[in-house]
Amino acid sequence: MGLLDQWAGFGVTFMTMFRPTFTQGYPEGWGSKKKAKEKVTAPRFHGRHQLNRWPDGLEKCVGCELCAWACPADAIYVEGSSNTDSERFSPGERYGSVYQINYLRCIFCGMCIEACPTRALTMTNEFKLADYSRAKLIFTKEELLAPLLPGMEQPPHPRRLGDDEQQYFLGLPATGQPDLRTWTNQMEETS
Amino acid sequence: MTVTTKDTGVEQAVETITLTIDGIEVSVPKGTLVIRAAERLGIAIPRFCDHPLLDPVGACRQCMVEVPDMGNGRGMPKPQASCTLEAMPGMKISTQLSSPVAAKAQAGMLEMLLINHPLDCPICDKGGECPLQNQSMSNGNGESRYGGVKRTFPKPVPISAQVLLDRERCVLCARCTRFSEQISGDPFIALVERGALQQVGVYAEHPYDSYFSGNVIQICPVGALTSADYRFQSRPFDLVSTTTACEHCAAGCELRSDHRHYQVKRRLAGNAPEVNEEWNCDIGRFAFVSGRLTDRLTMPLLREDGVLRPASWPEAIDAAVAGLKAAGTHVGVLTGGRLTVETSYAYQRFARAVLGTNNVDFRARAASAEEEQFLAATVAGGTTDKAVTYADLERAGKVVLVGFEPEEESPIVFLRLRKAVRKKKLAVVAVAPLLSNGSAKLSATLVPTAPGAEAAALADLADVDAGTVVLLGERLAAVPGALSAAAALAARTGARLAWIPRRAGEVGAVTAGCLPGLLPGGRLVSDGVARIDTATAWDVESLPAEPGLDVNGMLGAASDETLKALVVAGAEISDFADPVSARDAFEHVGFLVSIENRLSDISSCADVVFPAALLEEQSGTFYNWEHRPRPVARVNKTLRSPMTDIRVLAALADAMGADLGIRTTASAAAELSELGAWDGARAEVPAFTATDDAITPDGFRLATWRELIDDSRRNDGAGELLATAKPPVARLSAATAVRAGVTEGGTVTVGTARGELTYDAAIDDTVVDGVVWIPSRASGRNVAEALGARAGDPVTAKEGARS
Repeated sequence: MGLLDQWAGFGVTFMTMFRPTFTQGYPEGWGSKKKAKEKVTAPRFHGRHQLNRWPDGLEKCVGCELCAWACPADAIYVEGSSNTDSERFSPGERYGSVYQINYLRCIFCGMCIEACPTRALTMTNEFKLADYSRAKLIFTKEELLAPLLPGMEQPPHPRRLGDDEQQYFLGLPATGQPDLRTWTNQMEETS
Repeated sequence: MTVTTKDTGVEQAVETITLTIDGIEVSVPKGTLVIRAAERLGIAIPRFCDHPLLDPVGACRQCMVEVPDMGNGRGMPKPQASCTLEAMPGMKISTQLSSPVAAKAQAGMLEMLLINHPLDCPICDKGGECPLQNQSMSNGNGESRYGGVKRTFPKPVPISAQVLLDRERCVLCARCTRFSEQISGDPFIALVERGALQQVGVYAEHPYDSYFSGNVIQICPVGALTSADYRFQSRPFDLVSTTTACEHCAAGCELRSDHRHYQVKRRLAGNAPEVNEEWNCDIGRFAFVSGRLTDRLTMPLLREDGVLRPASWPEAIDAAVAGLKAAGTHVGVLTGGRLTVETSYAYQRFARAVLGTNNVDFRARAASAEEEQFLAATVAGGTTDKAVTYADLERAGKVVLVGFEPEEESPIVFLRLRKAVRKKKLAVVAVAPLLSNGSAKLSATLVPTAPGAEAAALADLADVDAGTVVLLGERLAAVPGALSAAAALAARTGARLAWIPRRAGEVGAVTAGCLPGLLPGGRLVSDGVARIDTATAWDVESLPAEPGLDVNGMLGAASDETLKALVVAGAEISDFADPVSARDAFEHVGFLVSIENRLSDISSCADVVFPAALLEEQSGTFYNWEHRPRPVARVNKTLRSPMTDIRVLAALADAMGADLGIRTTASAAAELSELGAWDGARAEVPAFTATDDAITPDGFRLATWRELIDDSRRNDGAGELLATAKPPVARLSAATAVRAGVTEGGTVTVGTARGELTYDAAIDDTVVDGVVWIPSRASGRNVAEALGARAGDPVTAKEGARS
């Protein structure tokens, strides 16, 4: 056994040290990539959910529980309630009074958003969901609701876009465009 | 062919015919509808309006089948509705399974129905358990070709406080209107308007305040009729269903209790053809929230310095045992008649084997020694095969109602009587002071009888034979001689008797031996053989032989402090015949133990209060008025429920150094069945004489009974249900009104030396002259408490102040 034999094994180590790395820094880059931006996901990435609102701020969720029914991981819990004229959360008769998603269970499969009949539930691109306790990972309705955009009002409040249910929905502007709002880009717009 | 009918178990020859459905031959009784014949083969024809308990109507046209041969060699030119088509010999039927014509007709019908039916299934309470949804998937096209605007109505319209109508969802099957007309006899709803605007309408001045209105919600095949109480509470797939029995009256309905997260969300009528068929009353359906109010007891309470404070279980048990030991055998046990058989059995065993007394009574109401003897002779140890049953009511030639108002006191008995009246021309005779709304719906003949004179009326009753069934209510306990007269009538004519109490646990309590003179199964305390038999089964040396006090005796002895302690379960002060003297007794008794699930007026004056599990948190059995065991299943399996009554009694017995011998419902049931039927001496039927006091020409008599929906604590929290209660009115005849100076539309004040109550006057000429009828417990007006009078007592009546 020669003197250099034990150093020969380090050849692999030294060779690897000078190759370009493919590991990525988080939340920011490091070394030569220190200024690199945070990871940008694909547009259709299945991230955290959000509960959308109508343009006047009323909730789109009707508490129908179809998302909970569709969920293969039993991660969603919903309770419906009746809107009253004095306390209105959604334009119709029914709204979701309790809405919880348990992110310890959620597998981000997106069955819930396919099931949603009102497009109240969609997924954002946000993926940073780690936290220190189990309780914090059960997101409640307040955390899941989309932020208020300009012109929106925090429910409960009367319908602003029509006096009754029919006028409200028929009076909504026809966009002809897919709704591209996400939690992230709305946060940027509002901030 | 012979068919064994479910009712009798007796084989009856029925004429049958044979027809062919989808190429399969089937023999059915003559008169069977094609849709039923297909069911026998397991062929499901889609339907909305068809309901086996309602008359066929052919309203929805969904059950179309092709008829290639009517049995006479000719076929029908067009598809026919199989729900109105009677099967004929040699008939050939092709359903959607074999006939494209029938399948197309059905799919077309569904498409037509869905033109105006909103697709709001996600927010519809029926979504997930909806026949329209299901049949659209199984027999429909799946895709709608209709692109127009759907008909809409403002929604929802309340047709009563507890039933909401979404008219745009209605498919006009007329199930609800047929139910209200044919079954309950409250035709307050009808189909109005024509064409696309046809809708279920309600009388402008009458809401649909029927005692059976909840059934229309259950039979609606779409989400047009929904429950205000259950609205948006949950979806069908959230619910866990348990089959159980109703705890509210002695009818013994089977219920389907649906819960979500340990909270019962709704209760539906179960399907028990021999008992409630597929119906129940609104109390059974909607009154189930009283156990989750803030007065629910969850831990023991102990009186310290005059105030009840929460205590630990060992502390409370020690205090109770100290008090009961100090009282020795001068202890009484009162159970309120609402407990299961097993629990009643445990209480009477606790009284006899642990406390060493026969002072045990379940009758927290008007009671008499005559009644006890009558119950011991005719009710105790009865079995369904010997007792009168629902089927017997249908088969009877005549039914006599004495001291019993079926619609108010046992609604399912009322439904069965009405079915027999409608279908079998049953004659109903009401021995009552007036022809009530319920009796009128039974087309009853009134035998006008002043309250208190039932015994004389029974003695004079004509045309009673062996085919007659006499239904006796618990109110007869307050009428001296009435139960004796009924027993004499039965002995004289061969008529059959049935005792129908109001509370679910009373028949079971009689059988379990919760009476001072009665051991389990009809054994008599006075019979030494029966005592030894029971003592052997209980593994105790002997049982107390001296006769015990009944409820009246116990309350009296408690007031004058000869009775030193009372153990009370499931009773209210307002239940007793005279609440004022009952309150006095509970306040004066030396030591009071209350075992309750909610803080009651009795537990408020108790020294020790033990919480008990709600009925939905325990299992057990009720015996309904036919003695039919009605199993109660544990619906709510929450871990937080307190101990059951039996468990509390076992703990008390252990601490007293005696063994109760039973710890669970199952062991109590096993012991009761092991004890078995008794073939020894039985009580004689009572032969008490009636007191004869006719109404003086210038006096007034009180007639009163409980209405179904009234100030009972079981209805607490059920706001919509209470809103459908009948408005409290005083009924009196025109002649009586003139004598009292009361006019129609005015008010009448009924009074005694104790107090007065004022009601709106209703002139009703069926009321016996000199009698004023008022509801016993209408909202805020407890007649027994305010007037200190019971039915038959003299009262004053005068025009009240104008309200």
